[in-house]
Amino acid sequence: MFAVQFRREWLCVLRSKDEALNPLVFLFLAASLFAIGFGGSSDRLGEAAPAIIWVLVLLANLLSLEALFRRDFEDGALEQFVLFAQPQFAAVLGKVAVQWCACGLAMTLLAPLLALMLNLSAAALPTLLLGLLLGTPALSLIGAVGAALTVGLGGGGVLLALLLAPLHLPVLVFGVSATLDGGAGLAATAQLYWLAGISVLALTLTPFATAAALRISVERS
Amino acid sequence: MCSALLTFAEVSCARGGRQLFERFNLTLKAGDCVALRGANGSGKSTLLRAAAGLFADFNGAVDAASFHYVGHKHGVSALLSPKENLLMHERLAGSTRWWPAAAPEAAVGDALPFGGVSAAQALAQVGLGGAPDTACSQLSEGQRRRVALARLLLERRPLWLLDEPLTALDADGRRLVQELITAHCQAGGAVLCATHQALSCPSATEVQLGGGA
Repeated sequence: MFAVQFRREWLCVLRSKDEALNPLVFLFLAASLFAIGFGGSSDRLGEAAPAIIWVLVLLANLLSLEALFRRDFEDGALEQFVLFAQPQFAAVLGKVAVQWCACGLAMTLLAPLLALMLNLSAAALPTLLLGLLLGTPALSLIGAVGAALTVGLGGGGVLLALLLAPLHLPVLVFGVSATLDGGAGLAATAQLYWLAGISVLALTLTPFATAAALRISVERS
Repeated sequence: MCSALLTFAEVSCARGGRQLFERFNLTLKAGDCVALRGANGSGKSTLLRAAAGLFADFNGAVDAASFHYVGHKHGVSALLSPKENLLMHERLAGSTRWWPAAAPEAAVGDALPFGGVSAAQALAQVGLGGAPDTACSQLSEGQRRRVALARLLLERRPLWLLDEPLTALDADGRRLVQELITAHCQAGGAVLCATHQALSCPSATEVQLGGGA
């Protein structure tokens, strides 16, 4: 079930490449604007870089989440999904996994480039990458619940951001803190464990919530 | 006594401050084909969605056997080809190998003629055999409706819930739908169908939804 859904979504992503690339382009563009905005003071930029990267990753992820269920909702595939895809847990997980690969994982792979642009200290880079790798699954999984709830509402973008901001906050806090500690040469294991913990918790709980939220959205339409 | 495939028992429902149904009763047995008629907004789609379990805001009880639902929205993904759409649907919905609980009722299902048909065969039956690999975004509205109808043939399920299956179809397509419905009923299935056009199926009975003003 997971594999079938994963394949279906992957085909969809491959066939709408420009849409799938949007968040990555946004991330790259915003990072370069920050680099230009800070001008010559590369030291201050380096200090702010962990926070900038994490916030941009969070926002880019929101951008991609908003579109996660929209197309399926509009063409009715979501009705069939809610009615017939069994077990829902695995099917939802397949959908979110593709979103993560196309967004969270891709952004993690792009992070070294961002670190270079934003003058992040080389010592912080391994921690940043590990933090993103552990933290972005939580962003996608928790975000999918919000996306499922708002898919039927017109102009759900702002609502989605409002809904998810408090839920994404822990990931942001631990992620930035880990990167700062890594850059200062301290051990960041505690924060990384927290990120991993949040992701595992989200992995076990949110697919149920997402499936329930999808049903509510479909019934309300 | 043949067991009922779909039962509405005393269903009452108000929507948007208007009473759509008041203690509505309907039973479909094997071989029954019921066409729901009524003005726009008289609750045809709501009734079908209630039968499918996509609408729960009503009083009373609805009990349905395993079914296919083709709604207003086709449920056909524009990015995938017709064949991929069907294959994915089949594997998501009927993957009995991994999930035995989803197996259709064998007692009723065995008598049905359709089902067990491959995606390519199903597409050929609805007249789309020539274009299995074009993206559905390239297809016309009527062709997409045909893809949705091809889903009915993939797996044998006793009950079909069809929301205006004739819209967007040409004369040929409308005849095809009526043939499919007739064959399904003759083989012991049941069809509940919302429509504005008369169905020329021999077994079809009409239920007029009062509603309106």
